[in-house]
Amino acid sequence: MTQDRTEMSEDDDDNSQSPPLDLRSAAIADHCSSSSSSTPNKSRNCMALNSQTFPDHVLENVLENVLQFLDSRCDRNAASLVCKSWWRVEALTRSEVFIGNCYALSPTRLTQRFKRVKSLLLKGKPRFADFNLMPPDWGANFAPWVSTMAKAYPWLEKVDLKRMFVTDDDLALLADSFPGFKELILVCCEGFGTSGIAIVANKCRKLKVLDLIESEVTDDEVDWISCFPEGVTSLESLAFDCVEAPINFEALEGLVGRSPFLKKLRLNRLVSLEELHRLLLGAPQLTSLGTGSFSHDNAPQSEQEPDYAAAFRACKSVVCLSGFRDLMPEYLPSILPVCSNLTSLNFSYANISPDMFKPIIHNCHRLQVFWALDSICDEGLQAVAATCKELRELRIFPFDPREESEGPVSELGLQAISEGCRNLESILYFCQRMTNAAVIAMSENCPELTVFRLCIMGRHRPDHVTGKPMDEGFGAIVKNCKKLTRLAISGLLTDQAFRYMGEHGKLIRTLSVAFAGDSDMALRHVLEGCPRLQKLEIRDSPFGDVALRCGMHRYYNMRFVWMSACPLSKGCCKDVARAMPNLVVEVIGSDDDDDNRDYVETLYMYRSLDGPRNDVPKFVTIL
Amino acid sequence: MSTSFEKMDEFVNLKETELRLGLPGTDNVCEEREKVSCCNKRALPSEIESSTRKSETSPPRKGQIVGWPPVRSYRKNNIQTKKNESDNEGQGIYVKVSMDGAPYLRKIDLSCYKGYSELLKALEMMFKFCVGEYSERQGYEGSDFVPTYEDKDGDWMLIGDVPWEMFVRTCKRLRIMKGSEAKGLGCVV
Repeated sequence: MTQDRTEMSEDDDDNSQSPPLDLRSAAIADHCSSSSSSTPNKSRNCMALNSQTFPDHVLENVLENVLQFLDSRCDRNAASLVCKSWWRVEALTRSEVFIGNCYALSPTRLTQRFKRVKSLLLKGKPRFADFNLMPPDWGANFAPWVSTMAKAYPWLEKVDLKRMFVTDDDLALLADSFPGFKELILVCCEGFGTSGIAIVANKCRKLKVLDLIESEVTDDEVDWISCFPEGVTSLESLAFDCVEAPINFEALEGLVGRSPFLKKLRLNRLVSLEELHRLLLGAPQLTSLGTGSFSHDNAPQSEQEPDYAAAFRACKSVVCLSGFRDLMPEYLPSILPVCSNLTSLNFSYANISPDMFKPIIHNCHRLQVFWALDSICDEGLQAVAATCKELRELRIFPFDPREESEGPVSELGLQAISEGCRNLESILYFCQRMTNAAVIAMSENCPELTVFRLCIMGRHRPDHVTGKPMDEGFGAIVKNCKKLTRLAISGLLTDQAFRYMGEHGKLIRTLSVAFAGDSDMALRHVLEGCPRLQKLEIRDSPFGDVALRCGMHRYYNMRFVWMSACPLSKGCCKDVARAMPNLVVEVIGSDDDDDNRDYVETLYMYRSLDGPRNDVPKFVTIL
Repeated sequence: MSTSFEKMDEFVNLKETELRLGLPGTDNVCEEREKVSCCNKRALPSEIESSTRKSETSPPRKGQIVGWPPVRSYRKNNIQTKKNESDNEGQGIYVKVSMDGAPYLRKIDLSCYKGYSELLKALEMMFKFCVGEYSERQGYEGSDFVPTYEDKDGDWMLIGDVPWEMFVRTCKRLRIMKGSEAKGLGCVV
């Protein structure tokens, strides 16, 4: 099954083990760009052949033909470091570029090194910005990227942005500059509205993918659906579930009708159940469906109600189902005809009780990805465990996301899942009560776990049965789950938990810490013990200057470090900045900042090849 | 880059030779924390607090920790609010807020605020502006920005003109107007 990347919006997608543009290759880059007429002789040393007889350009052609088959950016990064010739050829043949931090380099550096880019994946703000931990207007502007690429890559086909600030003007420039443009994916972005989308819809005649996922889109009161050109389209995927604006349904129906290649369609909340019914009848070839509201506009008429189940029955190819934004629960059984085909089901916007849920899930034998609200309770999770033996990814979100809420799921649900779903690879679980025993059980039952994110919503909450800290539970996870690359911890945690992480978490790349630990030693364990750590986000934990200094041997090999509400001093941050010139050390303050204060509210630091950015807002100080 | 390693050694050595009162192996984290700040803006964790945390008295935030639990506001704002139970607590009254000139909308939960002053303060912080002085006759004086809202009937009203409870019930969305358009509205009684 092809991985539905849009489902993984909260996860990081990179499997690479090495940084995309590290300083060594940058050094080579600088060297190469300064000696553009570099002597051919040096490259011959890399070849084992009797290279004296072969002109250099023939060798490079051979190399080009070989390197074009390399897809993985990890492999490409490695190849580019072999020697200058390989670096040059790799740069010419890389068509998809991934940039995990938009401030790690300037757009110019990108276009100078890579000449034939067709696809760009770009990430901006750090994840904690999602939780209002950063004032708005921090940066991550798409504008400089699109304007630079407009000149350098007229053949650009795909742009995939996450947590970037994108304006309507940027979208207009994109639509104007890239005649062959095919795929626009905006995840957790903001700054644009339906007018920008309308321009893209209208001008990008080869558009295959328009995916707006969890982005803030302003309602400019533009009928963007009608802006798609007449005639048969190339559309394969259209996702607008996050667009909080009414749409012209007739136009949408027409668009779907003339899009024979459309496989993925995600409707917004303002598309009703009756309208969905009409669309389904016209698009039985869909594989991925976001249902919109799943409720009636008006009071349902008692006679002549559409046969929703029949419409779903006709969609034999649907394997991925989401939406249910304003669910009328009595209509949920309409989806039963497709349940046995489903590999992915997202109920995370629907308040579904266990009684409503169980008859549905009993049919979902093939389910691999399941997102839901905790309203399904432990009982619902037990039903998942009983049926979904192929489950790889589970996410349980809180219906009532407050610290003091009831919390209908607990260690019982987690235990059940661990026993029933042995192939589990990724879990995100919000709860109010948890025990070490259940977490340990999961570590033992689910050896394939690569992502373990547990959020016990009450801060500093211990094991609610034993009263002990959650150290042993998380310790077991890092010890037993040998493939673990991403970890988020919560509950009452002492330095011991971090000692376990440093000792066993050798593959951990992403770590999220909140309200945990006792002292600097905790962070020190992690910084010294986790060699693969790339992304570190910490809030409200007692880690200070001593701990920060312990990581200096690592910061150049990491994508970023975020520390907010930790006892760091500005003086120490300045020392780090001075000692590490290629590290950008941002201190993000709040409104009533007193410059004389030594206190650092938020530290966000990241390596950069091009020094500090030039779009720093007032509340950010770069040390 | 070699200089950075040298400097690192410098720091490490400093720590080794540091004279401390604590036993070897302990960190003087407590002292550092006390030194650091009286401006810890986060609300203080309630029951289970480690004794080493001597937090200064700073006005705690409205009882809610910012960004905790870590659920995206997009998700919080979109979870189905229709509940089967009659319990309405924690439901939230979300309205869009736009500001003239700002490129994007925001959403706020009106139920988080007890009155106009709290609401206006929150808006000022969110959009980085200042409202003027409010008076019943003249509206908002002293600023280019005027906070307005659209009510159930589609009329644009000045924020503050009706009693708070009525405002919360009837408000559909907010708009912070700027410039001459705003002045015109402000004069309407």
